[in-house]
Amino acid sequence: MRERNEIYNNIDWKLILIYLGLVLIGWINIYAAVYNESHSSILDLSQSYGKQLIWIITSLFIGLVIILTDARFFSTFAYLIFGATLLMLIGVLLFGNTVSGSKSWFHIGSFGLQPAEFAKFATNLALAKFFSTQHINIKEFKTRTIPLFILGTPALLILLQNDTGSALVYSSFILVLYRMGLSGNYLLAGVLTGILTISTLMVGQYYVMGFIGLLAGGLLFFIKRNRTNIIHISALVLLAVGFIFSVDFAFDNFLGDHQKARINVLLGKEIDLKGTGYNVNQSKIAIGSGGFFGKGFLKGTQTKYNFVPEQSTDFIFCTVGEEWGFIGTSVVVALFILLLIRIITIAERQRSTFSLMYGYGVASILFFHFAINIGMTIGLVPVIGIPLPFFSYGGSSLWAFTILLFIFIKLDIKRAALL
Amino acid sequence: MINKSLASRKQTIIAIFVVLGAIFILRLFFLQVIDETYVHSANNNVLRYVTQYPARGLIYDRNGKLLVYNEAVYDLMVLPVQVKPMDTLEFCRLLDISIEGFRERLKKAKSFSRYKPSLFEKQISKEAYGFIEEKLYRYQGFYVQPRTLRKYPTPMAAHLLGYVGEVNQTVIDKGSYYKSGDYIGISGLEKSYEEALRGVKGIKVRMVDVHNREVGSYLEGALDTISVMGKDLHLTIDADLQEYGELLMTGKMGSVVAIEPSTGEILAFLSSPAYDPNLLVGRVRGRNFKALSENPVKPLLNRAMMGQYPPGSTFKMVNDLVGLQEGVLKLSTRYSCQGPGTSPIRCTHNHQSPLDVIVAIEQSCNPFHWQVFRSILGSAGHGSLRENYVSWRKHVMSMGFGHTLGTDIGSELRGNIPTAEEFDRIYGKGRWNAMTVRSLSIGQGEILATPLQIANSGAVMANRGFYYVPHIVKSVGDSGTSANTFQKVVSSIHPSHYEVVVDGMRQVATSGTARWYQPEGITMCGKTGTAENPHGKDHSLFTAFAPDVNPVIAIAVVIENAGFGSTWALPIASLMIEKYIKGEVKRKDLEERMINSKLY
Repeated sequence: MRERNEIYNNIDWKLILIYLGLVLIGWINIYAAVYNESHSSILDLSQSYGKQLIWIITSLFIGLVIILTDARFFSTFAYLIFGATLLMLIGVLLFGNTVSGSKSWFHIGSFGLQPAEFAKFATNLALAKFFSTQHINIKEFKTRTIPLFILGTPALLILLQNDTGSALVYSSFILVLYRMGLSGNYLLAGVLTGILTISTLMVGQYYVMGFIGLLAGGLLFFIKRNRTNIIHISALVLLAVGFIFSVDFAFDNFLGDHQKARINVLLGKEIDLKGTGYNVNQSKIAIGSGGFFGKGFLKGTQTKYNFVPEQSTDFIFCTVGEEWGFIGTSVVVALFILLLIRIITIAERQRSTFSLMYGYGVASILFFHFAINIGMTIGLVPVIGIPLPFFSYGGSSLWAFTILLFIFIKLDIKRAALL
Repeated sequence: MINKSLASRKQTIIAIFVVLGAIFILRLFFLQVIDETYVHSANNNVLRYVTQYPARGLIYDRNGKLLVYNEAVYDLMVLPVQVKPMDTLEFCRLLDISIEGFRERLKKAKSFSRYKPSLFEKQISKEAYGFIEEKLYRYQGFYVQPRTLRKYPTPMAAHLLGYVGEVNQTVIDKGSYYKSGDYIGISGLEKSYEEALRGVKGIKVRMVDVHNREVGSYLEGALDTISVMGKDLHLTIDADLQEYGELLMTGKMGSVVAIEPSTGEILAFLSSPAYDPNLLVGRVRGRNFKALSENPVKPLLNRAMMGQYPPGSTFKMVNDLVGLQEGVLKLSTRYSCQGPGTSPIRCTHNHQSPLDVIVAIEQSCNPFHWQVFRSILGSAGHGSLRENYVSWRKHVMSMGFGHTLGTDIGSELRGNIPTAEEFDRIYGKGRWNAMTVRSLSIGQGEILATPLQIANSGAVMANRGFYYVPHIVKSVGDSGTSANTFQKVVSSIHPSHYEVVVDGMRQVATSGTARWYQPEGITMCGKTGTAENPHGKDHSLFTAFAPDVNPVIAIAVVIENAGFGSTWALPIASLMIEKYIKGEVKRKDLEERMINSKLY
């Protein structure tokens, strides 16, 4: 009885509410995205909306189970869970099935299971465990290398499955590391690297170099021209030039043709509305045609009639945009931002490092999915196939995101304890 | 252990979230609210504007016999944006086109628009379509649009009916109705009654999915417009007479026009050599048109109103009527065909002399009519010779010569009754006289008339002084909107004078040049003509009406380079009159001889 009251009193109902809201809105939009008149019932189990309902119910059940589980279970068995997930990732490479180019699925009967989805929360558990058990000194070699290993291993295995999108998710942990004491310069360097990379690809390496040269010259004109300054600035310029060359080199030599094409289309260097640009263009058309108020529930045409590809999974946001308009999209974006802020706020009230770390991990993973998925549908980032959390159709992803979030909710119920 | 000094980093991270959220919302606002182009693109994706082409109106003869109807064909359309890789070879075999042809058409369609449909293969017959239909689903981006083509149960009256073809760019640019690929009447009735015949196009707005499958109507059809079928035309033409005329005219170059005098309704309107109107329909039109237009006998020329001939002796009554009206010719006036003043125009017939006007018409005496013409110009009493000529010309024109009659067929030539100014130009002012322009007295020289005008002058004689503007359409549409707004034109000659020339015309058929071809039981009034042709053999002409009281038909027959009017034009006119009044022709020998004579 005491236990039950504790759960009821300590559980963060706001988080649960946002979660339920997103899942429900997602389900309705999946229904609209693939609606067809011969199967008009949202409960029709032969259609993806009917199946999604099964995923939602089972997810809620999983969530309940997690809440009833002892919180210490997750910290105690973090490495074990992580290890088991790594084995699954190796297993899928050996025995898995290939779906749309990625060898990342186990087929059990008619259902597919995607281990990469579950690797996210497992990695998050392991990373939190590592930081909570160590005396953290970010300057120590060990403290720097082990997290890189924890993040790098699953990322590499997923990359080998040819699922670049899911592998890139692990880069989002930089936010967690930043919170744990990683110098802000890394974050800044990351952003600057991004800007340099994109501008190099967009306007060409020599223009960017010229611009940097001018910037350096201008800087030298205004500041004191002593030896130290000249050496520092020269070093930075050399570093930048070297990086620019390597970007071009990497782009030409390491990327596959379809990745190059996607990037070129995004940068506007290549207009190919039939091929690579088709998805993004159709996605923008669907969202853009929604207008302020949207076309109304089930009145969308671009998604329902299959102009938008993957309209119930990666491009589910298009249906929101088309049928609910700017109102709908802003509500969804706002809900996600609220969710993220709520998670950070809750994370900060944890007494144990494990829970705090884990919370930041949850926020980072969700943020990355949110940023890349919606950014992709509105043409701000290249097409990278990752789902929109709680929204996109699919059992593995809904289950995995539910587990990810509900472990955190459970940890939060026990926030007073030191795990 | 948590380093509390790092807790402030929470703010930075939240700031990152909020900034990204704000960027997204701004971007969405731009995409969804500011930028309108996406709505347009979405409509391009999903909306298919299908033109509903109405069937053209049908055309019937005066007795309700069908002359023109429609046959369904199918245009194969292509929407380049939806064409997916496919079995091109099989597709080409299905359509019976070459691979190169396929590529070229697709390229052309793409250069027009990737998102708008273009015509790929036009006018696929019903039979061929049945074969293609089953397999069409395999070729995304292709669909058919039903169209109609003209069809003629009994090929006849090609010049009159005209033909239909694809509209040209000039017409498209001029108005807003026609779009590229639409059909439009190009000549004949199809052209002059285009607006009634074409009906009104409709538009159906359909939604299609990414595979170009129709998934329903847009906004429950609120934007759709229904096509309205073209109005039917009921002609004044008598199909049996028309067909018979064309039969008689086989192998002859020329024209036959028959008019109901009491109404101006055209009963037969034919130009020979004719062609099968089915030749100028559909895909074969281009090739056939080229062949027809290169044919030296000019089968495309509508000689009935675009052929201009000297009317020859058929014009003599006109001259006499002016003389009677001006008072210079009396019933008692007699001229001799020999003697002083007759030499410029010699008599070609053997008959009594001197003779009066009635006999002069009967015998087609050239000197008599020259004398009449000379006395009109000399003493009609309007002042100078020039003024007398101007007055003569006015009288002639009041009988339907020298100007277009205003029929509803279009492209009518006006013929020529020369003006005084024209003679001033040729001979110098005041330097021409009756002698100079003497050929006018016998319908030669500068005078030109179309077969339609000659037939109309027959109607004027039949009516004793007036005509209704000849026309071809009795009513438009089922409601029977009467096209009968064709005005009555009264000549400037007093009706009593007509009785004189009609007597002459009656005698032509009873004892004159036409006496061998009087149809049994019908009193025909007529006049032969043999028009001198500067370019070759004389033209054979005949104009007539019948019966003499309450006439029901006036007719003109012109046969080019056939010699005497009485040899060819007269018998054909006589057979036509018999056919029309009696319903059948008893003179089988004559009929056969006419049909089988090849004159060019």
